[in-house]
Amino acid sequence: MSFLDKLLGKKASADSAKERLQLVLIHDRTDLTPAELESLRDDLVATISRHIEIDVEAMEFGLEHDGRSQRLVADIPIKRVPRRRAKRKAKTK
Amino acid sequence: MAAQVITITSGKGGVGKTTAVANIAVALAANGSKVVCIDGDIGLRNLDVILGLENRIVYDIVDIIEGRCRLKQAMIRDKKLPNLFLIPAAQTRDKNAVSASDMKRLAKDLYSECDYVLVDSPAGIERGFKNAIAPADRVIVVTNPEVSAVRDADRVIGILEAEGKGPGSLILNRLNPSMVKKNDMLSADDVLDLLAVDLVGIVPEDEGVIVGSNRGAPVAADPKSKAGQAFRNIARRITGEDVPFLDLESSGSLWERIQKLAGRN
Repeated sequence: MSFLDKLLGKKASADSAKERLQLVLIHDRTDLTPAELESLRDDLVATISRHIEIDVEAMEFGLEHDGRSQRLVADIPIKRVPRRRAKRKAKTK
Repeated sequence: MAAQVITITSGKGGVGKTTAVANIAVALAANGSKVVCIDGDIGLRNLDVILGLENRIVYDIVDIIEGRCRLKQAMIRDKKLPNLFLIPAAQTRDKNAVSASDMKRLAKDLYSECDYVLVDSPAGIERGFKNAIAPADRVIVVTNPEVSAVRDADRVIGILEAEGKGPGSLILNRLNPSMVKKNDMLSADDVLDLLAVDLVGIVPEDEGVIVGSNRGAPVAADPKSKAGQAFRNIARRITGEDVPFLDLESSGSLWERIQKLAGRN
C-alpha cells in the first residue's frame, strides 16, 4: 500500500481481502445467499411482530462464525410495550 | 511397519500441491523415512517432472490397478534418495480409470512397504479429488494468501469434514513477507483466522522453487533455500517433531529492526 493511498484514506488491500472473505465464507458454509438471509430476516420480523412490537430499525441480524461453526445471531430490541399497556388499562378504568 | 497415508489437496489449481508433495517427500526421505508418492492426477501427470523422474517411467498407477504390472514394477526409485519412490499417474487415461476403492487397495498394499504414502490430489472437488482422499489417514490442504485460493480451501475443508476425514491441516504456500508487511497480502494469522484449522507450515515465495522445478530437483534438498527450509520443517512436523514456525514477517534490515524495537512498526 503506497503512502498516497494512505493519505487518501484508502483501505489496505489485505484488509479488504479479509473482510470480503469473511462474508463469502459464511455464505459458502451455510449455503445461504444474502437474498435468502434477507428473506429469513423478513419472516422473522413478521412472526415476532405478530406477538410484540419490535424496533426493526435498531435490530441486528446476521451470521457469525466461531471457529468452523456458524451461528445465526439476532438482537431485536422490543419497543416499550408495558407502559402503553398500563396507559390503556388506566383508560378503561 | 504401517505407513501413514497423507493426501495433499487444495481445491484451487496452481497453488503448489505438486511442489509441496515433491518437497515434503524429499525432506522426509532425506531424514531416513521410506516414502512412496502417488500422482493422483490421472491424465495430467506432473509429479514425475517435478521430481526429475520423467525419463524412468515404464508403468503407471492404472497399470497396477488393471493388473498389467506388479506394484513394485511401477514404483520408480529416486535418483538421489534410495528410499524415495514415485508411482506416476497415467497420462493417456482419464480419472474414471481409477476408483476410490482402487486407491484404498493400493494404499493398503503399500502399508507394509514404507513409512509414508503421499498422495498428490488433482485440483477440484470431483472424482479425482474424492479418489485421492479416500485412502488418507491425514489430509493437508495447500493454499496461497489470496482470496480465491482461501475460498476454495475453505470449501475443501468443509467437504473433508463432511466425508469424515477431519478438517485437515494447512500449508500456506507462497507467502510474500514484504507484501504482508505493506498490508497488501493476507498474513498467516489472517488466513488461519478465516479457515480455523491447524497449520503445518508457511512457505515463503521463493524463486528457487521454479529453478528447482526447471531442474527436477526440489528445493527441500537445497540447504540455502528458504522455501526448502520451510518444507524441511513441515516434514519434521509430520513426523511428530515440534518445530517452531519460521519468522518470515520479521524485517530484514537493521534500520527496520531498530524501528520495530522503537515501536514504530
